[in-house]
Formats: sequence, C-alpha cells, structure tokens
Amino acid sequence: MALTAFTVLFAVSIAGYLWNRRAASVLREGGARLHSLSGFHGLYSFLTAAIPAVVVVLFWLILQGPIIDWLVMSGLPAGTLDGLSKGARQLTLAEIKSIAGGRIFGTPEPWKLEAAERLNSLRQVGSVLMVIVAAALSGLLVLLARQKVSDIFRARHKVERTLSGLMIFCATVAIFVTFGIVASLLFETVRFFERVPVGEFLFGLNWEPQIPLREDQVAAEGAFGWIPVILGTIVITILALLLSIPVGLMSAIYLNEFAPKRVRAVAKPILEILAGVPTVVYGFFAILVVAPALRSFGASLGIPVSPNTAMAAGGVMGIMLIPFISSFAEDALSAVPQSLREGSLGLGSTRAEMVTKVLFPAAIPGIVGGILLAVSRAIGETMIVVMAAGLIAKLTVNPLESVTTVTVQIVTLLIGDTSFDNPKTLAAFALGMMLFLVTLVINIFAIRIVRKYREIYD
Amino acid sequence: MDLPPVLRSEKGAIETIRKGVRKRNRSQIFLQILGIGAISFAFLMLAILLLSLTSTGYKAFVQTYLTLDVYVDPAEVSEEQLPRGGFDDVIEAALLQYFPEAGEDRATRRALGGLPSNGAQFILRDKVAADPSRIGETIRISVPVSDPYDQLNKGLIDRETPEQRRRVDNREVAWFDALKEEGLIRTKLNWGLITRPDSRFPELAGLKGALIGSFWALLVCFVISFPLGIGAAIYLEEFAPKNRVSDLIEVNINNLAAVPSVVFGLLALAVFLGWFGMPRSAPLVGGMTLSLMTMPTIIIATRAALKAVPPSIREAALGVGASKHQVVFGHVLPLAFPGILTGTIIGLAQALGETAPLLLIGMNAFITSAPATPLDASTALPTQIFIWADSPERGFVSRTSAAILVLLSFLIVMNGLAIFLRNKFERKW
Repeated sequence: MALTAFTVLFAVSIAGYLWNRRAASVLREGGARLHSLSGFHGLYSFLTAAIPAVVVVLFWLILQGPIIDWLVMSGLPAGTLDGLSKGARQLTLAEIKSIAGGRIFGTPEPWKLEAAERLNSLRQVGSVLMVIVAAALSGLLVLLARQKVSDIFRARHKVERTLSGLMIFCATVAIFVTFGIVASLLFETVRFFERVPVGEFLFGLNWEPQIPLREDQVAAEGAFGWIPVILGTIVITILALLLSIPVGLMSAIYLNEFAPKRVRAVAKPILEILAGVPTVVYGFFAILVVAPALRSFGASLGIPVSPNTAMAAGGVMGIMLIPFISSFAEDALSAVPQSLREGSLGLGSTRAEMVTKVLFPAAIPGIVGGILLAVSRAIGETMIVVMAAGLIAKLTVNPLESVTTVTVQIVTLLIGDTSFDNPKTLAAFALGMMLFLVTLVINIFAIRIVRKYREIYD
Repeated sequence: MDLPPVLRSEKGAIETIRKGVRKRNRSQIFLQILGIGAISFAFLMLAILLLSLTSTGYKAFVQTYLTLDVYVDPAEVSEEQLPRGGFDDVIEAALLQYFPEAGEDRATRRALGGLPSNGAQFILRDKVAADPSRIGETIRISVPVSDPYDQLNKGLIDRETPEQRRRVDNREVAWFDALKEEGLIRTKLNWGLITRPDSRFPELAGLKGALIGSFWALLVCFVISFPLGIGAAIYLEEFAPKNRVSDLIEVNINNLAAVPSVVFGLLALAVFLGWFGMPRSAPLVGGMTLSLMTMPTIIIATRAALKAVPPSIREAALGVGASKHQVVFGHVLPLAFPGILTGTIIGLAQALGETAPLLLIGMNAFITSAPATPLDASTALPTQIFIWADSPERGFVSRTSAAILVLLSFLIVMNGLAIFLRNKFERKW
C-alpha cells in the first residue's frame, strides 16, 4: 500500500508539473512576459505538492502501526487485560497479530479472533485512507499551485529556495545520524550504569556477562569489568599493526619511489583487491586456513596453541590493513614536494638515502595519521574477531591464547533474542559507547593530522 | 683543509669513496628487496586467500544426484490426504528394490533411507501434488544424495580411513558403489546453490533467500543514500557558506565514514527496532542501516566529482545569466555525474559486503523461505556466509566457500562496472 501511495502522489505531482508548465506556456504565447521560465512554474507545482505529501505518508507509515495496536488493545472486551503485566499484554497483542496473519495455533478465545478481525479491518482501512489522503493532499496542493501561475509570480526563486532547503536537510542528516548514535548509546549506557557501578565497569578485572535467567539457576553472578576485554582488543590490534605497518610502509615506499611504471600499474589494483575483500571473508579465511596452520606449526614446535588464538585474528586483520596503510603512506609520500627529492639527489645521495633521510621524515605526519586511522579500524573491526577470536575474556597478553575483544562481546551479547531490560544487553551498549568514544577521538585526531600536513606543502 | 689521513692521497681518497658508494648502493638494493618482499607478501596472502576459497568452494558448485524410479504406492499416498503422505516410505521402498537384504531389520532400512537427502520426499511430494493422477504410477525422480554420500562421491571422505572414524560405514559405501555401478548416481551442476533457500541440510541449502535479501537491502540503501548523499554534497561543495555550522557538518561526515560498522548496528537496534518498533531481520531495516554507512562514501565521492569540474564552466554559465542553481543543476551536476555514479557503485559494493550491523538487527536468522517483500525476515549474502561458517556440518565448509565466491563475483562485477564507467565517461579537463 505504501508503494501505491507513493505512486499516486508522484503521479499527481507530475501531473501538476505538466499542468503548470502548460499554463505558463499558454500565458507566454498570449504575449505576456513572465518572470520565470515555464519549467520553473511546473517545478513549483511539483515541489509544493510532492514534499508535504511525502512527509505526511512517511509519518503515516511510522504512526499507523502503534495507533492500530493501541486501538485494538483498548477495544478488547473489558476485563480481559486486567491484572496483566506489560509483557503479558505484549504477548496477547503478538498472538492477535499472528492470528490476523493467518497463523492460528490451537483454539484461541473468541475475543482474540474478534480482535484479530478488527486488526485486519483497521489495517485495511488505514492503508486505503493513507492512499486517499496522499491523493487528496497532493491534488489540493496542485490546485493551489495552479492558481499562482501569473506573469509576476517568481516561481524560480521559490523553487530555488525549496531546493536549497532540501539540500540543507540532506546535509544535516549527517548530524542527525551522529546525534542518533550518541543518543541511543548514551540512553542505554546510562541504564546500564544504573545497574552496574561505573567504577566496576571501568576498573573491574572480570568479564562474565552470562547472568542467570531464572532465580533458581546456578550460574555465574555476572561480572562487568571491561579491563580483560579492552586488553584483548589491544593485543589483537598490536598484532595486526606489527604485521601491517612494516609491510604496508615498505610496499608504499617501493611502489612510490622504486617500482617501474608497469609494475606499479599492475601492483596497485591488486593491492586494492585486498582492500575490497569483505571482512566476513577474512574471518572465514582465518578459521579455514590461518588458525589450523598456526596450530600445526605450534604443534611441530611442541607449543600448545589454542584454536582461536589472538595471533590468527590479529594476523588476518594485519593482512586486511596492509592496503589501508600502504595507500595512506603513498598519499603522504607523494605529497612531499618534488623539490625535496631533486635537492637531495642533486647533493649526491642515492635514492635509498633520499627516501630514508629526506622523504620519510618529511612524510611522517601523514603516515602517522594513516596509522592512527588504521588503529581505529582495527579496534572497531568486527567480523574477523567474531569468527576467529575467542569468546571468554582472559586477562592475558599471550598472543597464542584465546582472547576476546570489545566488538566480539557486543555481537555475542546482542545476537539472538534481545530484551532491553537486562544488564547483559545493556552492557553491549556500554561497550559500544566506549568503542565509539575511543575511535572518535582517534579519528578526529588523525583526520586533523592528515589534513594539516597536506596544507604545509600545498 | 683538514682531511682525514686516508683522503690526503688521491688514491686513498678514491678507494674510500668507492667503498662508501658500494656500501651505499648495497643498502639501496637492500631497501628495494625489502619493498619487493613486502609487496610479494601481500600478493602471496591474496593468492592463498583466493586459492583456499576456490579449492574448497568449487566442489559445492556440483552436487551428487541419485536417480530413482519410485512407485507411488496408493497404500502410502492417497489423493485425499495430499500434500501429506508417506513419501519417505515410498522412497525407501524404491531403494529396497536394489538392496532387498537391507529390509530385514529396521535400523538397516533406516540407514538405507538416509542415502537420499532428507528433502527428497518433498521433491517427490511436490511432483505428486502437482499431478495427483500419478498416484499408483512409477515416477522417475532425481534427488540430491545426503551430505556424507555427496562428500564420499567428491572424494572428501577418504575410503582408506578406518571405518569407525569415517562418516559412512563400509555397508553404506557398498550401497553407494552399487548404485553407482547401476548408473544411478550422477554429478550435476548445482543450481540449487542459487535457486534454493537456506536449509539445515547442506545438500539442500542454497542462497536464494540471501540473494533476494541482499537485493532488497541494497535497493533500500540506494534509494535512501543516493539522493541524500548527492543533496548534502552539492550543498556543502557549491552553496554552503564557510562558517562553523558547515565546518561541523564536514567534521561529522568525515567522522561518520570512520565510525566502526558495529556502532551503526547498535544505532539501528536501539532506534529502528527499539524505538520505532520495526520488524527484526527485515531487509528494509538492513538497508536503512547500510544507507547510513554508504551516505558518507557517496558524499565524499560526489564532492570530489564536483570539485573536478573546472571553474570555467561555472563562470561561463553565470556569464550568460544563469542563476547559481541553474549553473549547478544544469551544467556542473551533469558533468560530475559519471564520477558520482562511480562513487555510488563503490559505496554499494562496500555495503553488500558489510556484515556486523546486519548481525545486530537479526539478519542472521535461520529462514527457509525467500523474502517476498522488504519487510519479511531474511538473511543477506554476508550474514548467510557467517551462518554457514558457524555450522558444524562438514558439507557447509565448501558451501561457505562457494557462497563467498558468489559474493566476491558480485563485488568484482560492481567494481568492474564502476571502473568501466570511470574510464568511459570521465573527462580530463
């Protein structure tokens, strides 16, 4: 039905466009000198009709569900909901909905069947009403717009102002998104800290979020100290950087300063392939190839290696980051002005000396910025660690042991059915908040370094 | 001049300088070798990645089928009860024709009945339900064999391993070989991989639901992020005054491009599912989440494309009396469009491979039907890969690799299209 509503309102708006344009052309043919071109009169009609109608339909779509739910629930025979908790009410509503969808289990009470029927009819009425409202509103607005066509009407100014408004709205969506992230994380984090003290979270050495579901269940009490989790994240990040920084830097130096043109033309796209591989693929690669290889290598040396080592996850993440670091380093190297190269070569240095003693120091700020961005990617990387790293938080820095990370915990705490009222799910949001803050600081810092550095030589 | 002693004679000086140059050249070669080594390492890793995926994945592109002549016994299947009926018994009976001795005890009969896939009865059921007049006839059906036999046929189960450590025992191997002798076992191209939805049985599991789910999610993502991204980019590049608000927006966009993807998942979980009450696992919500991540990419690409249009175009249009809006929408935007499209396709390709936010909104559910609308629960390609990678059945290892190959080929096509568009339409000024 939503599709029908949009089709109708766009059809009406397009008709309005044609109608107004025609009207303006007729005026023009009659010898009048119009302020705006006919097309702008048409566009004016289109925009005045389409924008309010789209907004109304979107709001209708968002609000229709909750309003119908409320109508159905309040229309139930008196007494049926007395003494039921909020959860039980929701369960009743869900049952009514599944009956309405044609999935009937057992023999429901007649009032449920009745309610389901009412739900269906309300839904139908609502959808039809929405289409009618969309058509009527856009039609009315088209009529109003038609009245405006005249020689002195400044249609172009109106259209341009509306377009500017639309573009400003688009640009502010980015702010809304950031605001949404902060608001949602903050909201749930505050609820988490109402249950678990901040100090325990920040300085606790135990992370055991599996809390008992029933009162009588014998299980861990639930401990929410994030130190072992963040330690695991740091271990894996360092392992990834130990691999990717030298390899990425060396390949950038080689490609930028030494490689023949043809080698460069082939090698760069291949490195970019490495950057385009989805992380879930790297994760599978880690469990399919790297982890077993590490294990058998460890076994041949007589070292016990756990199946989900930090090493495997960190190593594969390092491979993922090679093209990332290499491309930032290349940008930084090519931003160094040619005069520095020529000057140092002219003084008789070899190319290697030029690179290590002149280019590299000059490019260091840019390279550091790139590495910082890589750090923030490594901290926030999810799929590789979810698939290849462990689930249990251990306070260890041994890369051959299994460690867990912030992102792994977020995903495992939230996979499956989630309810928003226990510390287990709320803990994921607290971790997410921390992750967001840490990466935000690193990103802003890194972006500033990269940008400032570019300006020096511009 | 105060020279060191060696340099005071001409010969000594030349010798010293030569030595120094040799040493310096050596260190240059060393640096180059390091560079080549680094690049080769990266290439080697890429090669191992692709090789390991193709070597495990290609086997899932073929599937072992069993051809059976099944007598649809009216005693087991009656027209009134369709689509219910003892189809599994009928298939078992068809197999018993070849191995009458297996019918003696229940356990053996059971084991024999497990040779064709568990889905064989449904294939037969659909055939009979489509044409009930065939009850009582003998129907020839071709059904996938169950996973252990499939692996046996593909050589993934070593016949040399001791029986107790093998997934198929000697008796089962003998059955399979006998059927093969009869010419009833055939290896066919596995179209089911893309035409069937997910299943618990590896031999029946396919990507149809995931492909359609990914399609819906990408469509929603495109519909939202493309107009929003272009609008924001045009405003920031062409109209925005240089002030603190536009600075704030810029910092925001740059930062959004670097926010970890899992955080977007948290946002979607809390806002779209928690506050707005949208359905779990729906491609619509997945697409909305992905659009938040694709938008910064599109904005950045669009701004670069707009920047690449030379100012002379703008000045010429302004000079003949066009308004600022007419300049942008009539002249600059069309010239920048190939670049915008390229950036958009690359952004969508990234969105196609994105997994973590989809996990958080529940697109990793086990769903055995393809979604009909974007509001139905479904999986997406990357989350399907994640589910299969997590499945304990051995048959899913090659399925996972095959699914990854499908995903990678989509990415290659999309990126190839982007490169093609760039080369074909982009103008150098």
